[in-house]
Amino acid sequence: MTAAPALPALRIRGRSFMALILAPEPPLDGWFAALDEQLRRAASYFTNKPVVVNLASAREAGAGLEELIAALEERGLYIIAVEGLEPAELAGTRWAGLPDLRQKPQDREDGGKLLEIPDDKLPAPAVPAVTSLLIDRPVRSGQSIIFEEGDVTIIGPVSSGAEVIAGGSIHIYGALRGRAIAGLRAGANARIFCHKFGAELVAIDGVYDTPESWSAAFTNRPAQVRLEDGVLNIAPLA
Amino acid sequence: MSKVMVVTSGKGGVGKTTTSASLGAALAQAGKSVVVVDFDVGLRNLDLVLGAERRVVFDLVNVVQGDAKLAQALIKDKRLDTLSLLAASQTRDKDALTEEGVKTVIEELREKFDWVICDSPAGIEKGAMLAMRHADLAVVVTNPEVSSVRDSDRIIGMLDSKTVRAEKGETFEKHLMLTRFNPARAAKGEMLGVDDVLEILAIPLLGIVPESPDVLNASNLGCPVTLHNPASTAARAYADAARRLLGETVEITAPALEKPSLFGRLFGRKAVA
Repeated sequence: MTAAPALPALRIRGRSFMALILAPEPPLDGWFAALDEQLRRAASYFTNKPVVVNLASAREAGAGLEELIAALEERGLYIIAVEGLEPAELAGTRWAGLPDLRQKPQDREDGGKLLEIPDDKLPAPAVPAVTSLLIDRPVRSGQSIIFEEGDVTIIGPVSSGAEVIAGGSIHIYGALRGRAIAGLRAGANARIFCHKFGAELVAIDGVYDTPESWSAAFTNRPAQVRLEDGVLNIAPLA
Repeated sequence: MSKVMVVTSGKGGVGKTTTSASLGAALAQAGKSVVVVDFDVGLRNLDLVLGAERRVVFDLVNVVQGDAKLAQALIKDKRLDTLSLLAASQTRDKDALTEEGVKTVIEELREKFDWVICDSPAGIEKGAMLAMRHADLAVVVTNPEVSSVRDSDRIIGMLDSKTVRAEKGETFEKHLMLTRFNPARAAKGEMLGVDDVLEILAIPLLGIVPESPDVLNASNLGCPVTLHNPASTAARAYADAARRLLGETVEITAPALEKPSLFGRLFGRKAVA
């Protein structure tokens, strides 16, 4: 008979964890407004910090349990336990399964020292870079509009001898009689649109074409230019 | 409130000098005090068109460089005492003009006259830039043909970016003077029509001057057409344009196709052998 293998010694440790205790106080509207303001000013302070809610004052003031729970949960707090009321009261609510900290009635009020919360605002959402350029005057002969960052929209004509160069697409609400060069950045997905087609040259993603090779049927009609399989395709806009 | 007006076109030979002289005379005939300034240093013509070539002693370059006083260089027209000329130098070139000097002269003229008309040289170089630099408004002279229209478009772009007014962010008033218009050729499609030119240039129309021997005769005689032959269609076109510049509303009539006479129809074309 072999001896039963010795069981490893069980090591049990005790450790204290820091939790924030939030105790809603009447008037509750004001308290929640103050909490919201605090969440704004110190946005990351509450992130992943365990929170114990003490509902004693709120309950004494007669606040409804369901409303309190809903109001606290919708603020995204990491609530790990409730205190300040009999665990039986939580039966049937969403917090029924939360650990019972068994606080003695006389300790109800507070316990734990007040913390100072440093301000820590959320960084302002980054303003997206401008990706379009609007020109609301005619582009005259000899003028050159170059915008590598994105689309160019022109309200007015682009004259013979003028050029528009865009990183993205080119939109012309007027006649295109000069050069339109699109897709410096966007590549083959860029397009050229105009109210009246009469270009001297169009180019998308480096593929260019001149009036010699396209039909006169598009002249002075609304048209769009696309790059399809490496070939420029000019089509009337319905 | 005096106005400085540049007459410009980009392309040469379209009628800038004729238009400067004719509009100047028409404004003077309307009772305004007017000076026409020839900026075409080295290729001066305005004195000839105004018949003042024998009276030029001092010119724009002398005044700009401080060699002569403005009063010495201004030549008063013999027929219209409200019209004066500041001639260009024929012996110098455009580099003799400086921006500061031109500015000072224009400011001084502005105080003396109701209208200062700057006759720009052709091209887009220094001479043309200085002529437009201090202007309040422009008359763009265009012939109904593609090369002239494209050059005018280029000049309009420069008026909108290179003038003092444009640099201050103010709007720059521009008017189109369509010259050498031949209704018969336009009807046949050999020339651009009025609407085509207006659509491309997109600036208000000041007037249409028909192609006419009256204009050529007047220039050769050294007398603006509005003085020489006020009843001619060209003279009336310029006189109407001047009234529009003065703020009157005058309807623009496109020169009509003249019906050929009976003899014209019978013997209009010689048979080709």
